[in-house]
Amino acid sequence: MTATQARRTRRRVPARRRVADAVAVVAAVLVVFPIYWMALSAVKPASEIQSLAQRPWTLAPTLDNFRRVLGAEHFGRYFLNSLLVAVLVVLLSGLVAFLAAVALTRFRFRFRTTILVLFLVAQMVPVEALTIPLFFLIRDFGAAVPGIGLNTLGSLVLVHLAFSLPLAIWMLRGFVAAIPEEIEEAARLDGASRFTILWRILFPLVAPGLAATSVFSFITAWNDFLFARTFIISATDNQTLPMALLVFFQPDENDWGGIMAASVLMTVPVLVLFVAVQRRLVAGLGGAVKE
Amino acid sequence: MTTAVPALGETGTGPARSPSPRVRPGRRTPFWLLLPAVLVLVPLFAYPIYQLGLISVLDFRQAQVSGGQPTRFVGFDNYAALLHDGRFWSVLLATVGFAAACVLATLAVGAAFAVLLTRVGRWPRLALSLAAMAAWAAPAVTGSTVWMFLFDANLGLVNQVLGLDGFNWTYGRYTTFALVGAAVVWHSFPFVMITLYAGIAAIPDGVLEAAELDGASGWQSFRRVVVPMLRPLITIVVIQSIIWDFKIFTQIYVMTGGGGIAGQNLTLNVYAYQQAFAASEYGLGSAIGVVMMVILLAVTLLYLRVLRRGGEPL
Repeated sequence: MTATQARRTRRRVPARRRVADAVAVVAAVLVVFPIYWMALSAVKPASEIQSLAQRPWTLAPTLDNFRRVLGAEHFGRYFLNSLLVAVLVVLLSGLVAFLAAVALTRFRFRFRTTILVLFLVAQMVPVEALTIPLFFLIRDFGAAVPGIGLNTLGSLVLVHLAFSLPLAIWMLRGFVAAIPEEIEEAARLDGASRFTILWRILFPLVAPGLAATSVFSFITAWNDFLFARTFIISATDNQTLPMALLVFFQPDENDWGGIMAASVLMTVPVLVLFVAVQRRLVAGLGGAVKE
Repeated sequence: MTTAVPALGETGTGPARSPSPRVRPGRRTPFWLLLPAVLVLVPLFAYPIYQLGLISVLDFRQAQVSGGQPTRFVGFDNYAALLHDGRFWSVLLATVGFAAACVLATLAVGAAFAVLLTRVGRWPRLALSLAAMAAWAAPAVTGSTVWMFLFDANLGLVNQVLGLDGFNWTYGRYTTFALVGAAVVWHSFPFVMITLYAGIAAIPDGVLEAAELDGASGWQSFRRVVVPMLRPLITIVVIQSIIWDFKIFTQIYVMTGGGGIAGQNLTLNVYAYQQAFAASEYGLGSAIGVVMMVILLAVTLLYLRVLRRGGEPL
């Protein structure tokens, strides 16, 4: 490379780079804008929400919308219901998926590949269509066991557990496989029981992966409004957040301040979880999707 | 690991030891480990799929559900009814068209941003990654509500900026699909962007430098080096997107109030749900569900073939 060429490259690259940087920043602003608008509108006073000249800032932030949302419609109760369902789903699916992932990575047995393919296929099933048979199934469950029938939170825990498991197992498989088997071998030579190896050695090592996997289980349960809408018919006390959000939708007279405040309350927990585990999330999906 | 492995070797088992130390006592162990998953998935996943197929060949309506009438086997009558239902065909067509448009837009935006990420400095990259993460994390329901607010006829920022006072995006069939599609793409492009970016970043620098030394322009090396190397990854991202966008439910349901004016924005998923729970035509709704399942299964089989060909060890 001659001196002039080198100089030209050096000069040209930063110029190009600056354009690319600018485009990326503009793109980032556009992408995050809906979230910003949600948060902003949630703290805008009613007069600014109703305004025909919306401004992308506010000089009079207020918590009125949050107060109205949390006061009315038992929103706090719905929030706790959603949280309870999601946490139970995360704990149960984490436990069940961990055991299954160990079985599928650390052991060779007949039908292992078949089972793996089934878990992959299960992720493609349109679960919305399954609401029809599940509705009758849950109704029959309720006749036998009171805690898991229609109108109960238990029914929601059950279906979300089932629908979050295939992806959880598929993702966790990669994390278990990444742990060197030598560690288990060493423990076994030291006389550790299989139970000890599972819980005292493998489990702590898989825990970070489990955290990433849990985010998806949490989201499955937290975001759902279809099953809540279908199963929770009359027991309004057992309603969950997404349904409560739709309460603020009125034909022609939407309470946008309330809707945005409720949306913020519903988005924040997921956002925090996502950011907390984002690095492992990408690694996990890489394992799940296979690069 | 470098310390653990020699330590293991030093235990002095000698050359007589079998090359594979993995003798697994208790051949039933994997089955015990899988048992909890099976106990959950068989009754709550496999059985409902069987039931869906069963209900789809029954005369199953309000009279059977709450009227105590016996269910009647009707063979493929529900499917025949679908074949002669003009609405079903238009919904099927709309679903395929809508999913195709969403997939194309998602891939275009995701791929463009992935390439962009490789060309920018640290801070812009972090900003775009975090913004995409936020869009990805936002629940579909709240994503829908904020897009609706942004595009509200009078109070929406978009109409006010564009000077479209009072223009209602959800009246027209195509403007509604476009609006819902935008919300869907916003929510789903981050997966494509992040996966492809990880793929591009994993290409060794030497490969691109070699292409540059051979006189390849930026576009040429992208077209002839990067894209072929990423082909398996791109295929997987495409098929995942097809599967996700074909199943879109929440955004359609929330943003169009359950299928739009006179059902003009129905997709198969929402249509099946409405047939069952709004019209109490459970048999017909199940038949639509089965049709969806068959279509998605076909796409999935394609996906599996790609995985196999890509050398994924299952």
